[in-house]
Amino acid sequence: MTSPDGVAIEVRSLWKIFGPRAERVLGGPDAELDPDELRAKTGCVAAVRDVSFTVRPGEVFVVMGLSGSGKSTLVRCLTRLVEPTAGEITISGEDVRAASPAQLRDLRRNRVSMVFQHFGLLPHRKVVDNVAYGLEVQGVPRRQRHERARAILSLVGLDGFAEARPDQLSGGMQQRVGLARALAADPEVLLFDEPFSALDPLIRRDMQAEVVRLHREVGKTMLFITHDLSEALKLGERIAIMRAGAIVQLGTPEELVGAPADDYVADFVRDVPRSEVLSLRWICRSPADDEHLDGPALPAGTIIRDAVPAVMESARPIRVVEGEELLGVVDRLDILTAMSGRAGTGS
Amino acid sequence: MTSQAPPAPPVQAIPPTAPRDAVRPPRWVVPAAGIVAVVAAYLAFRGTATLPHDDDAAPFRFVNDVRAWVDANRNQSPVFLFFVNYIRLFVGGLYDAFLLALQAPGWAGLIGIAAALGWLAGGWRIGLLSGLGFISFGVLGLWEASVATLALVLTAVLLSLVIGLPLGIWAGHSPRLRRLLAPVLDVMQIMPTFAYLAPMVLFFQIGPASGAVATLIYSVPPAIRIAALAMEQVSPTAVEASVSLGATRRQTLFKVELPMARATLGLAVNQTIMMALSMVVIAALIAAPGLGSDIIRGLTRANVGLMLPAGIAIVIMAIVLDRMTMSAAARPPYPVTGGKARIGPRLRWAVAAVLVAAGLALGRVLPAEFPEEWVLRFAAPVNEAVNWAKFSWYDVTDAIRNFITEVLLNPLQAVLTGAPWWLVTAVAVAVAWRTGGLRTAAVAAGCLLATALIGLWQHTMETLTTVLVAVVLTLLIGLLLGVAAARSPRFAAVQRPLLDAAQTMPAFVYLLPALALFGATRFTAIFASVIYAVPPVIRLVEDGIRNVSPAAVEAALSCGSTERQLLWKVRLPLARPAIRLAANQGIVMTLAMVVVGGLVGAGGLGYDVVSGFSQRTDFGMGFAAGVATVLLGILLDRITQGADRRPSPRTSDRTTTRKKRIA
Amino acid sequence: MRIASRIRLLAGLLTVGLAAAGCGGATVDTGTSSAQPSTGAGSSAPAAGGTVKIAINPWAGYEASAAVIAHLLEDKLGYTVEKKELAEQVSWEGFENGDVDVIVENWGHEDLKKSFIEEKKVAVEAGSTGNKGVIGWYIPKWMADKYPDITDYKNLNKYADLFKTSESGDKGQLLFGDPSYVSNEEALIKNLKLNYKVVVGGSEAALIESATQAQQQKKPLLFYFWDPHWLFNKVELARVNLPPYTEGCDADPKKVACDYAELDLDKIVSKKFADTGGKAYELVKNFQWTNEHQNAVANDITNNGMSAEEAAKKWVDANPTVWAAWIPK
Ligand SMILES: Nc1ncnc2c1ncn2[C@@H]1O[C@H](COP(=O)(O)OP(=O)(O)OP(=O)(O)O)[C@@H](O)[C@H]1O
Ligand SMILES: [Mg+2]
Repeated sequence: MTSPDGVAIEVRSLWKIFGPRAERVLGGPDAELDPDELRAKTGCVAAVRDVSFTVRPGEVFVVMGLSGSGKSTLVRCLTRLVEPTAGEITISGEDVRAASPAQLRDLRRNRVSMVFQHFGLLPHRKVVDNVAYGLEVQGVPRRQRHERARAILSLVGLDGFAEARPDQLSGGMQQRVGLARALAADPEVLLFDEPFSALDPLIRRDMQAEVVRLHREVGKTMLFITHDLSEALKLGERIAIMRAGAIVQLGTPEELVGAPADDYVADFVRDVPRSEVLSLRWICRSPADDEHLDGPALPAGTIIRDAVPAVMESARPIRVVEGEELLGVVDRLDILTAMSGRAGTGS
Repeated sequence: MTSQAPPAPPVQAIPPTAPRDAVRPPRWVVPAAGIVAVVAAYLAFRGTATLPHDDDAAPFRFVNDVRAWVDANRNQSPVFLFFVNYIRLFVGGLYDAFLLALQAPGWAGLIGIAAALGWLAGGWRIGLLSGLGFISFGVLGLWEASVATLALVLTAVLLSLVIGLPLGIWAGHSPRLRRLLAPVLDVMQIMPTFAYLAPMVLFFQIGPASGAVATLIYSVPPAIRIAALAMEQVSPTAVEASVSLGATRRQTLFKVELPMARATLGLAVNQTIMMALSMVVIAALIAAPGLGSDIIRGLTRANVGLMLPAGIAIVIMAIVLDRMTMSAAARPPYPVTGGKARIGPRLRWAVAAVLVAAGLALGRVLPAEFPEEWVLRFAAPVNEAVNWAKFSWYDVTDAIRNFITEVLLNPLQAVLTGAPWWLVTAVAVAVAWRTGGLRTAAVAAGCLLATALIGLWQHTMETLTTVLVAVVLTLLIGLLLGVAAARSPRFAAVQRPLLDAAQTMPAFVYLLPALALFGATRFTAIFASVIYAVPPVIRLVEDGIRNVSPAAVEAALSCGSTERQLLWKVRLPLARPAIRLAANQGIVMTLAMVVVGGLVGAGGLGYDVVSGFSQRTDFGMGFAAGVATVLLGILLDRITQGADRRPSPRTSDRTTTRKKRIA
Repeated sequence: MRIASRIRLLAGLLTVGLAAAGCGGATVDTGTSSAQPSTGAGSSAPAAGGTVKIAINPWAGYEASAAVIAHLLEDKLGYTVEKKELAEQVSWEGFENGDVDVIVENWGHEDLKKSFIEEKKVAVEAGSTGNKGVIGWYIPKWMADKYPDITDYKNLNKYADLFKTSESGDKGQLLFGDPSYVSNEEALIKNLKLNYKVVVGGSEAALIESATQAQQQKKPLLFYFWDPHWLFNKVELARVNLPPYTEGCDADPKKVACDYAELDLDKIVSKKFADTGGKAYELVKNFQWTNEHQNAVANDITNNGMSAEEAAKKWVDANPTVWAAWIPK
């Protein structure tokens, strides 16, 4: 189900200011102050400042940033778990900010679900009842909702745990329950707020694979919050990087790594193995005069790492092409430099 | 209790090593000068500006007039016709209903039901405890009285919960309401029980209804406080998850918050019951029925044999209700799978049903009243033992009593009542300023001036004297035992269950041994308050010392400190916040007990309250004395920094919530 | 805005009030009939098998009279008796709301009679108990022998030092009993300018114990006491003469400067009980005995280890001719 204009979530100039008399801050010149000054002067915290972005249906959109940069606040504003101070939010064509409480409940019940960092499971309920909770509050009869819950449980690989209690499960399994709960009402949009940061690395990897798989199978629109860059790179089709409440850069992984908008972003992506993210496009250079341009050709979108065998085998520089057009060449040295990580920033 | 003793050492605890500023006088100069000035002022102005007691002071007469008006208009004024009297009727009716319901199954039936409830709450142990407990009411010859007390407790608890839980839950969601309620609850908890009684009589007359309302007022603060706390403790993510799935507020409340807060809410119920139980006894003074009236009977006849059975019955009731509610609250809400095989829910209910049925069936066979032959009567031997103790220990008890009275009480009282009122006020204000700053000083001044204005200066000073002496003794003993317990785990292990038991007992019970040993004097009240207030003080001190940061202890040990140095130079100074809290608790509890001690010769405000509802002409004075005790309570609490350091019942440790149970 | 809401609130209250006025509101005794839930099985009027609520004031003589009446009511007439442990003056309030039916030994209390019998009309007198009662200040006899002039109140100040205790500080001690007892002590000390302090022993027992000790150990003691009491048979006491009682000298409780009057102790019952109490009321009204009778029962209760019920039974068994006259035909 996509809205006519092919946009699942649209956010425009969203602001969230915590604290006394937030509206006044917003209107006045104080809004431009940096966080510390603002807090000192007005006692307010601008958790989200003038954020705009759109998410396409079926896309996995990742929001990244350091702790306290406003990610959680942003994602909660989307369904008004936190009431935004200003701005527009549209989800599947519906104006969220104008929604009545009943409409809002309907949105939360049927179209947007959320997965939480600390799971938020209900310890006094069995797993199946946790998963069925969303259906329960909608008034779905018991048998039906249990049936559905069991189906979802097997989708997330928890067959046979329906009758267990949440505290009898491992962290990873608990988050699967959280995931199942979010999926139970078959929403169009899933919001994840750092869902895996409480898990240890191995399990985290499993869960990331799980999300990738689910995304393939059910094809939901996903908005994924994380502060783990590798997770962002692994999952995100596009990534927004936040700092102090504002988005400082929004783009594909390649764009972020290849062309960080500022030092903050550059710092963020510094340790990323560039060869695994960047494509040849970012390292190819114009051929030198004495170079032969008869080597093998690779498309510009080829990830550097994937180009290694071809480059190593060929004695000649590789031609990087975009369609018919020649963008440049790379040779062994270029590839090695790129893989050693410290080289310059390409074209 | 870990969280309430912040390990951060108070600044003064570490002696300054930096060279002292040459210009600034040494630290002791100002206090010393202050003391010299106070002593000088006392010597110079002693006997002037005292405010001797006058039974006929204007404020008393005013209250008497109000009472006369109320008496005359009780059947005319619409406030009474349409409001107050209806409350009385409603509460009285509720009590009657409970009483009927408890009497209906007969004594055997009720024992069966009690056992069944115990079983459901906590398995066979609690079931047995509760069954035996109820049987003991009969064996003590107090079946009727116990049932009446239980009915009164249930009435008050039901009302407290109906009012307190929703209010607490609301407060848990609304910081504004919480801020609004906090000072009110503070005052309600500092307020000694006696203070409630006179207004109750004024509005609701004597009887079970006013007893229940007094109890309700006393037991509602913990219900509100702990319920609010319970709400705060619910995992916010779970709530958020529920909201994010489109649950309504109601759904979130009933499906998420309340179930998750169950254990803490259980604690709220438990505390409410325990508070109610201790107040219900005192409410006997305004003709609330039940065990309390047996205790009053014993007190007014100085007959320990008469009140001992009632005292025992109350303690048993307290223990049964306490353990029952605690284990019901602690029970996991679902059968734990794995581990030891547990009894399934069906069997549980079946056993309960069998117990009830057995009780009811036995009730058909057995006589309608608890059989007289089964009653154990021991008033006579107890009285003999008491007499024996009195006579054979007379020299010792008399010497102790006279020593304390002559050496501590009388001189202090002479000073406090003989000093000009402005001097006492000035000293109190100075102390308050030092411990709590400007606001506290203002509160102290306000309280003392108000005390003077309502005509109870002298009696307040007398009560203050008794309280101070009792507090000194309490702290001395509490510190000694607390330190001992902190140092020796074995001693602590022996002491713990005793402290537990002591803290389950309603305050009134403590008057019993005091009266037995010392007759009716001021010292009796002191003795009772000391044994009443010492257990929580021991606890706080012990925990405080024990929770001193191990790093600090290790550091001291590594410098080669001896155990003794460690105690005096590290542990005690670092445990200062906890000790301060202990002092605060000790004072508040002592005050409450000293006032109750008015029943056994403590004089001062407590006696005014007692005579206020036994002599009509003194009603005004008694009423005012209730107010004065509240003022004194606030004064002492603020000075000892209770307000800021009082742990919110955040620590679910029972001592901290218990400690507030006053008389 | 605020004012508007306040007006609305007032209007609301008014409506509720008027609505309630339609049904007359609740007076103090509304619902008293339901306030007898216990074994009375809901019967409000204490007819045969009903409940009689007797106030129990805290002294042995009272308890003796109450025990005998209760015993007869239960044993001979088949009533249930509820004993309510109440202070003297509080008991009167019980008449108003139905918590008390009978006070079996009333000491004067003209002010209460005026208020509850004449003005509120919730109580009525039910005749004399036959006991003569008098309150006074007493000392052990040995003191009167040793200091012959001590029994005149004018000389009390001279001997104040003798009566000093740790409780009374630098004044002489006047030991008082239960806080609820009839008392002019404070006023007397003030108005007669005595250098004494009232120290409250808290109970009859404290008075008895001190008096006994005072005799045995020859300790000085000045204390409040009353006749009839069995103690006079065991301990020799002498009365201190205060300015003699004259009619009305104790009218203002704060200005009293005279001795206590000798009182004809009487019974007071609630109006309701008088109207509907049937035989129980008759019995209470007929009850009349002597100081000796009362002292015998009280002595058994206090000194012979008997419960009030046992002592009453013993007396009833031994004195059938006395009580036979009380039983209504
Ligand atoms: N309810 C609130 N009241 C006041 N300030 C808040 C509130 N919630 C968040 N903030 C502030 O808003 C800012 C953003 O917080 P937010 O939780 O959105 O950050 P985050 O990016 O999710 O951080 P983390 O990675 O630690 O989860 C922080 O400075 C935080 O202190
Ligand atoms: Mg966050």
